[in-house]
Amino acid sequence: MRFWRGVAAIVAKDVAAELRSKETLSAMFIFALMVVVIFNFAFELRVENVRQIAPGVLWVAFAFAGILGLNRSFVLEREGGCIEGLMLTPVDRSAIYMGKLVGNVLFMLVMEAFILPIFAVLFDVPILNPALWLVIILGTIGFAAVGTLLAAMAVNTRVREIMLPILLFPIAVPVIIASTRSTGQILDGLPLSETYTWLRLLLAFDIIFTVIALLGFEYVLEE
Amino acid sequence: MNKLGDSWLLSLIGLTGLAVIVSLYLVFVYVPTELIMGIVQRIFYFHVPSAWVGFLAFLVAFVAGIAYLMRREPRWDMVEVSSIEIGVLFSTIALVTGSIWARPIWNTWWTWDPRLTTTLVMWLYYVASLMLRRVVDSEDRRARFGAILSIVGFVNVPVVFLAIRLWRTIHPVMFSSEGFEMAPGMLLTLGSSLVTFTLLYLCLLVIRVRIEYLSSELSRLRQLSIPARS
Repeated sequence: MRFWRGVAAIVAKDVAAELRSKETLSAMFIFALMVVVIFNFAFELRVENVRQIAPGVLWVAFAFAGILGLNRSFVLEREGGCIEGLMLTPVDRSAIYMGKLVGNVLFMLVMEAFILPIFAVLFDVPILNPALWLVIILGTIGFAAVGTLLAAMAVNTRVREIMLPILLFPIAVPVIIASTRSTGQILDGLPLSETYTWLRLLLAFDIIFTVIALLGFEYVLEE
Repeated sequence: MNKLGDSWLLSLIGLTGLAVIVSLYLVFVYVPTELIMGIVQRIFYFHVPSAWVGFLAFLVAFVAGIAYLMRREPRWDMVEVSSIEIGVLFSTIALVTGSIWARPIWNTWWTWDPRLTTTLVMWLYYVASLMLRRVVDSEDRRARFGAILSIVGFVNVPVVFLAIRLWRTIHPVMFSSEGFEMAPGMLLTLGSSLVTFTLLYLCLLVIRVRIEYLSSELSRLRQLSIPARS
C-alpha cells in the first residue's frame, strides 16, 4: 500500500510538472509527427502502397519520440538535483522506478493518442479498433520498462542523453518486432486469433523487461 | 601477480599454441574437402568456434556481473569488462566469416535468419555497453552500470532470438543453415577447433584481466606518490 502511495506521488509530481510547462509532450508530439512525414517523403515514390509500411512508420515514430520523453524524465531530475531528493524520500528504490515508469508510459500514450488520428489521415488506415489500442499500450509499456532503467543510467554519464538510444534499441528489438507485426495484422483486418500469439508474447516481454529493470534499478541509484 | 601466476599463464599459452598447430593441421590437411560446398566450407572450423567463444564470453560476463553486484569485488568487474571485449571481438569474427561463407553458398552476403540477426543485435548491444563504460566517470558507478548491462544484455539474448524466429517464420524460409551431414573426420576437426578457440579465449581473458589489474594498480600507486612528491 505504502509502495503504491509512493508511486502515485511520483507520478503526480511528474504530471504536475509536465502540465505546467508542456515542454516534453509538445516536443515528443512534434518529433513523432516529423518522423511520420519524413517517412512519407522517403518511401512514397518507391513503395506501391504506403499502407504496407504504415505499421513500421508508426512504431519508428513512437520509439523515436519515446526516447525523447525517457531522456527528459531523468535529465529534469538531475538538473535540479532532484534525484537526490527522490532518493531521500522514505520509499523503496523500486517505487521510484515504478513511478518514473508509469509517468513515462502516460506521456508516451498521450503523445500516441495525438499522433494516431493524424496517422490515420495520412496513411488512410482504420484506427478505431480496441485491439490496436491494446497493442499500442502493451508495446509502450515494454519499451518504457527497459527504457526507464537505461535512461537512469544514461543521464549519469558524461555524454548524458546520447547513450540512451544506442543502448535501448538493441534491447527493445523484441518489443518493436512484436508490436509492428501485430499492428500490421490488425491494420490488414486479419482475425484477432492470428494476432493472439503476438499479443501474448508482447505481454510476456513486458513482464520480463519490467522485472529485470525493477531488479536492476536498485543498483543504479545507489550512492 | 607473482611468479607462480606467470608460469601458469605461460603453460596455458604453450598449450594453446600446441592446440592451434594441431587444429590448423586438421583443418587444412587432414579433413577432406566437403563435396558440395568445396574448399570454402573449411571456414566452418573458424566460424562456429568464433560464434561459440562470443557466446561463452558474454555468459562469463553475465556471471561476473552478478558476482560483482553481490560481492562488490573489483576483480569481478575486471573479468566482466575483459570478457565483453573479447566477446565483441569473436562475434565480429563470427559475423564476418559467416558473411564470407554465405556469399558463395547462399548467394548473398546477409540474410535476416534468426541466428545471424540475434548475433548482430547482441553485437550492437555489447558495443554500446562498452561505450557507456567509457563515459562514466566514477569508478564504482562504472562497475555497477557495467554489471547491470551485462546481466540485462544476456537475459535479453534468448528473448531476441525467440522474437526474431517467430518474425521470420511468417516469411518463406529460403535457406536452412545446416544443410549437410557431418562426417566423423569433420566432427573431430570441429571439436579440435572448439577446444582451441576456448583455450585461446582463456589466454586472452587472463592476459586482459591482468592488464586491467595492473592499470588499476598503477593508478593506485600514482595516487600514493602524489602527496610524497609535493
